[in-house]
Amino acid sequence: MDIQVDSLSFTYPSGVVALRGVSLRIPSGISLAIIGQNGAGKTTLVKHFNSLLQPTSGTVKVGGWDTREHTPAELASRVGYVFQNPDDQLFQSTLRKEVMFGPGNLGWEVDQIEERTRRALEMVGLAHAADQHPYDLSPGERKRAAMAAILAMDTPILILDEPTTGQDHGGIELIGSIVNDLRSQSKTIITISHDIDFCAEHFERVAVLANGQLLLEGPAREVLAQEDLLAKTYVEPPQLIRLAKRLGMQNMPLNVEEFIMYYLHKPVEY
Amino acid sequence: MYPGARLPALRDISLDIPEGQFYAVVGPNQAGKSTLAYAMAGYIPHFYRGRLEGKVTVAGLDTRATPLHELVLTAGLIFQNPFNQISGTKFTVREEIAFGLENLGMPRGEMRTRVDETMELVGINHLADRSPLALSGGEMQRVAIASILAMKPKVLILDEPTSQLDPIGSREVFSAVRSLISSEKMTVVMIEHKLEWVAVFADYVIAMVDGQILANGSPSSVLTLDTLQMAGAGQTRYTRAARRARDLGSWPDQHELPVTLEEAEEAFRRLKTGA
Repeated sequence: MDIQVDSLSFTYPSGVVALRGVSLRIPSGISLAIIGQNGAGKTTLVKHFNSLLQPTSGTVKVGGWDTREHTPAELASRVGYVFQNPDDQLFQSTLRKEVMFGPGNLGWEVDQIEERTRRALEMVGLAHAADQHPYDLSPGERKRAAMAAILAMDTPILILDEPTTGQDHGGIELIGSIVNDLRSQSKTIITISHDIDFCAEHFERVAVLANGQLLLEGPAREVLAQEDLLAKTYVEPPQLIRLAKRLGMQNMPLNVEEFIMYYLHKPVEY
Repeated sequence: MYPGARLPALRDISLDIPEGQFYAVVGPNQAGKSTLAYAMAGYIPHFYRGRLEGKVTVAGLDTRATPLHELVLTAGLIFQNPFNQISGTKFTVREEIAFGLENLGMPRGEMRTRVDETMELVGINHLADRSPLALSGGEMQRVAIASILAMKPKVLILDEPTSQLDPIGSREVFSAVRSLISSEKMTVVMIEHKLEWVAVFADYVIAMVDGQILANGSPSSVLTLDTLQMAGAGQTRYTRAARRARDLGSWPDQHELPVTLEEAEEAFRRLKTGA
């Protein structure tokens, strides 16, 4: 299920112009990280994918559906969006009810809803907290709770808006492994993130936004090595690519194993 | 210990933070980092209830005996979530940043200058006339930082101030804090997960786990601890790459693990030259 964005522009009612003619195709089954400075238009762009926002001009199509002709409720079966701030999303009295809410609205059988809920809570490491009130969880756990609520809907497309903020190292590793898991299920997975090291390690393609415009979209290894272009939008290459450049390496590493392989010529172990 | 909690959030913490130093606090979630920040700023016990044992003094003031409205003149706290910091009563960013200064009774002319200087320092001049409530997450976080910096507290406490900022913006906050330490002799305690900038900018690093202090020392001594990595606080990719090389037997025991880009460049070059 492709996402096709054509000449998309968006102006908020306040007059702030957030997107200026963005065109982008996100093929089915791709993992894409959208990066760029604060206020670049990243969240505004992805809110068009499930018609939370409608284009001021241009079009967005999701699996052939023009988002102007479909409500967010209709698009919910195709696109799952995990909000940047979990408190904008969570509203039920227990975590289990929270996670069951989405699938419950997709018209599934009760058994299936319960099974998907159980699996989603397991994936985010919160199976033990199913009977707790979402607001009794820590901020990092609430973020993963919000993710479970969307994972349970089993949509072909998932959007994670700043999934690593408020997470410690263990939480980031867990979210990284969820992303890898979803990739192996051929889901389309789109993230917005300022954690460039995380993007390098878990996403195959990167789109760079600046001031409402798309500067570049391509394979992570190529895009994340373009220091000058990234600096235009207040982003730096990942730590290991910066180190590789200092050391005069030819191959740009996306993770620690690749760095060791390229620099020390040691075999990779995954 | 918070009301209703089974275990205390902090256990037997003793710390001495000298004037004019930049301390970073690192550690996994729920280690007690924010609680420590609230205790230093006097929000514990004045705002958050619970049982407090021991004593905290900030610039000679006993936080338990000093009312919060007096403590704020000395210690400024920047919250983790900027939305909790924004007053909600101001129409523009400029007014929002002036809010604290108004409450201090600063003359109008001086206030204008101070607000302009602070917006410049944090890089938000272009937001001056926008509504503080209609900003992106990162823009709002910059405004929250500016609203406290404007008051020039002697002690500045920041709870993950860059969590929503773009990468270069994050580095600039660290650098702005560093420059305030030089120009204003500020004392800074910053809770942060961005270890690369902690390593570059902080004088000392405190590592917390389970409400206790695991280590307190120079960035290179604390951020390379294996115990810290295991406790879930993470390490920079430079340290992790060196650890991986060490695990593979390619890193001589006498070589220290690097924490910054500069150190990593030098250390990995040394591996090749065999020096």
